[in-house]
Amino acid sequence: MNSNFMIIDGTPIAIEGEKNLLELIRKAGIDLPTFCYYSELSVYGACRMCMVENKWGGMEAACSTPPRAGMEIKTNTPRLRKYRKMILELLLSNHCRDCTTCDKNGTCKLQELAARFDIHRVRFNNPKSEPDIDDSSLSITRDANKCILCGDCVRMCNEVQNVGAIDFAFRGSKMKVACAFDKPIGESNCVGCGQCAAVCPTAAIVIKDDAHKLWNELNDPDTLAIAQVAPAVRVAVAKEFGYKGENVMGKITAALRRIGFDLVFDTSTAADLTVMEESNEFIERLEKGGPFPMFTSCCPAWIKYAENEYPDYLPNISSCRSPMQMFASVIAEQYKDCGKRLLSAAVMPCTAKKMEAARDEFKDENGKPYVDYVITTQELVKMIKQAGIVFADLEPEAVDLPFGTMTGSGVIFGVTGGVTEAVIRRVSPDKSLASLRNLAFEGVRGFDGIKEYEILADDTTLKICVVNGLGNVAKVMERIKNGEKYHLIEVMACPNGCIGGGGQPIATATEKHKRGDNLYAADKLCTLKFSEENPLMKELYEGILKGRTHELLHVNYVK
Amino acid sequence: MSNEKNTDFDFSKIDEILERHEPTAVIAILQDIQEIYRYLPPQIFPYLAKKLNTSEARIYSVATFYENFSLEPKGKYVIKVCDGTACHVRKSIPILTYLRDELGLNESKHTTDDLTFTLETVSCLGACGLAPVLTVNDVVHPEMTPDKAAALLKELKEEK
Repeated sequence: MNSNFMIIDGTPIAIEGEKNLLELIRKAGIDLPTFCYYSELSVYGACRMCMVENKWGGMEAACSTPPRAGMEIKTNTPRLRKYRKMILELLLSNHCRDCTTCDKNGTCKLQELAARFDIHRVRFNNPKSEPDIDDSSLSITRDANKCILCGDCVRMCNEVQNVGAIDFAFRGSKMKVACAFDKPIGESNCVGCGQCAAVCPTAAIVIKDDAHKLWNELNDPDTLAIAQVAPAVRVAVAKEFGYKGENVMGKITAALRRIGFDLVFDTSTAADLTVMEESNEFIERLEKGGPFPMFTSCCPAWIKYAENEYPDYLPNISSCRSPMQMFASVIAEQYKDCGKRLLSAAVMPCTAKKMEAARDEFKDENGKPYVDYVITTQELVKMIKQAGIVFADLEPEAVDLPFGTMTGSGVIFGVTGGVTEAVIRRVSPDKSLASLRNLAFEGVRGFDGIKEYEILADDTTLKICVVNGLGNVAKVMERIKNGEKYHLIEVMACPNGCIGGGGQPIATATEKHKRGDNLYAADKLCTLKFSEENPLMKELYEGILKGRTHELLHVNYVK
Repeated sequence: MSNEKNTDFDFSKIDEILERHEPTAVIAILQDIQEIYRYLPPQIFPYLAKKLNTSEARIYSVATFYENFSLEPKGKYVIKVCDGTACHVRKSIPILTYLRDELGLNESKHTTDDLTFTLETVSCLGACGLAPVLTVNDVVHPEMTPDKAAALLKELKEEK
C-alpha cells in the first residue's frame, strides 16, 4: 500500500508531488479560501485565510506548509471558522465597501468570502469608507481604499513581468501598494499590461472602463460605428455567459451589431497584413544583413517596456504597426468620404492597447486617434450583459465586407508563438500541409515562457525565439548579451500571449491554455492558412495601400 | 520619471559606496548614502535601481519601511529629543515645545527652511539615567531643561 498519504478532515489523501498543503486540500475537493495564493506566483502567506489545524491543535498556513506523510489536519473547525471570520471582519473594517456601485460587484473575492463566511456586521470603525482613486493610467484604475495588501499585484509586476512599477511602501497601518515616491501610476514605468488587475481579488486595481463613454456614442445616425475584434477575444467570452462554446466570434459579431455597431471586422484580417509587412521586413533585413534580432511589434506593453528598459534595441523592433493600428488606418482610409463621423472601436484582450491607441504616433493630423475606443474583453462582456442580450440564444453572424476574409495565420496571432508561426508560414518556401504540421510540432507552439526554434532557409539557419511574459524578456536579453544570435524574437508581454491578456476574463492557467488550443482549432477550420492567400491582400495592396504602405502600416518608435 | 534633472548630481560618491557593498545590501547602501547627504536624495533612486538591478519602487519600499531613512533633506544640526517614559515623566515635552516654538517648527514640519536645524522626537535613547536627554548630531546632552536648551541653541547658532 502507498504510505505516502495524509489525512485531511478524516479522509486519507495521496500526496502526489504537491508543493504545499493548499494544493493537496484543493485536490481533496475542498475550496480552502485564499486571497494571496496563486500557483504561478511565489508563496507569500499574508492573508492567513488558508490556516488549517493539526491534530495537536496547532495552526499552520496551508499555502506555506509542505505536505508530509502521516500528517493529520482539519480544514474546518470552530476555531478556524472564528479565525477566518475575524480576518474578514478586520479586512472589511479597512475597506471602502461601496459594493453596489463597485466595478467588481459580483466578481470580488472579498465580497464572495464575506458572503460565504456569513459576515453580516462589522464591529469596527472604518477609516477608509470613501474611494481613493488613481485614474492616471489609461489602462488601469486603482483604488487604494479597496486594497487588502495581499501583494498579488506586487508579485505579478515584479516576479512575472519584471516591470516593478509598484511595491509595498511605508509600514504598519500606513502600509500601501505604491509606485516610487507614491507617484500616480500613470507617471510610473507601468507598461499597462494589466496583469495586476487580473490577479487583484478586489477592486483595488481594475481595468480602466471606457465602455460607458462608448455607449454614449453608439446608435447615432450620423456616426458610422465600426468595431474590430481581436483573435484572442473569441475564445474567452463563452464561459462568462455560462455558455458551452469555444470559438464564439459569430455570436460576438451578432452582439456587437445589436449593441449598435454598423460594421464589425475581424482583427485577424489585419493580422494577415501584419504578416505580409513583417515578413517583407524580415526578408529585407536578411538581404541587408540586419539589424538582428528583429523583435515583433504587435504588443504595446512590450513596446513600452522596451522604451523603458532597452532603448538601444528600439531600432531592432519591427517597424510594423500592430494589427489593431494597421486595421485602424486602413479603416480610416476606406471610410474617409463616407459622409458620416467615423467611430473606430477595437475589442481587445489587452489593457495596454488603450495606451497604444492614445500614442501620438497613432493620431491623424488633427490629433484624432485612429482608434477612438479600445474596450477589453471584460468590458465587451459587460456591455453585452448591460444590453440585456441573451448570449446563448444569439444566432452567429459573419463579419462585414469589404474586410471579410482572414486566414488561419491571422487567427493564431492571439496565442504565444502565433505571430512567429504565421511569419514562418509566409517565408517558408514549402507550403505543403505536411510542412504546416511539422511546423506546429517543432517547438513554436506550446506555453513555455521561452521557446527557441530553428528553420533552414536557403543555406542559412534562422534562429527564432518566442517569449511570453515580460519577465522572460530579461532572460533572453541576457542570452543575447552572452553572444546568442537570434534572427527573430516574438514578444508577447502577457504570460501565454494575448489569450492571457490583462483585459480577458479572469481564468486559470489551464483555462488559458484551452483558449490557445481553441485558436489553433479555429486555424484548422480556416480554408486559407497562409496570409498571402487572403484575396483581400491583393486588393488592398493594389488599392488603398498602393504606394502608401509605409505611411499607413509602419511606425517609428525610435525617438 | 524622476531622472530628468539628474545632470548636476554627482554620482561618483554613490559609485564609491556601491563598490563597498554587495548589490543586494540595499539597506547598507542607503545608510551610507544617508551618511553623506543626511537624507536620501531623490536622484539616487533611479540610479540605484539600474545599478542594483531592481526597481525604483522596491528601493522606495525599503526607504519608507525604516524610520531611520529620510526622504526629506535634514538640517545641519539634527536635534533628537527623547520622549521615552523616563524622559517624558521628567518633563521632556516642555523642552520639545520650547525648541519647536523657537525654531518655528511643529509636528509635521521638522526642518527649518534654512536647513540648519531638524527637530525630531525619539522613543528612547537608552540613557534614562540622564533624563531628560537630547542629542545633537549624536552628541548627548543630559538633564535638559528649556533654559539649558535655549543656551544650547544659542551656542549652535553662533557656531553656524
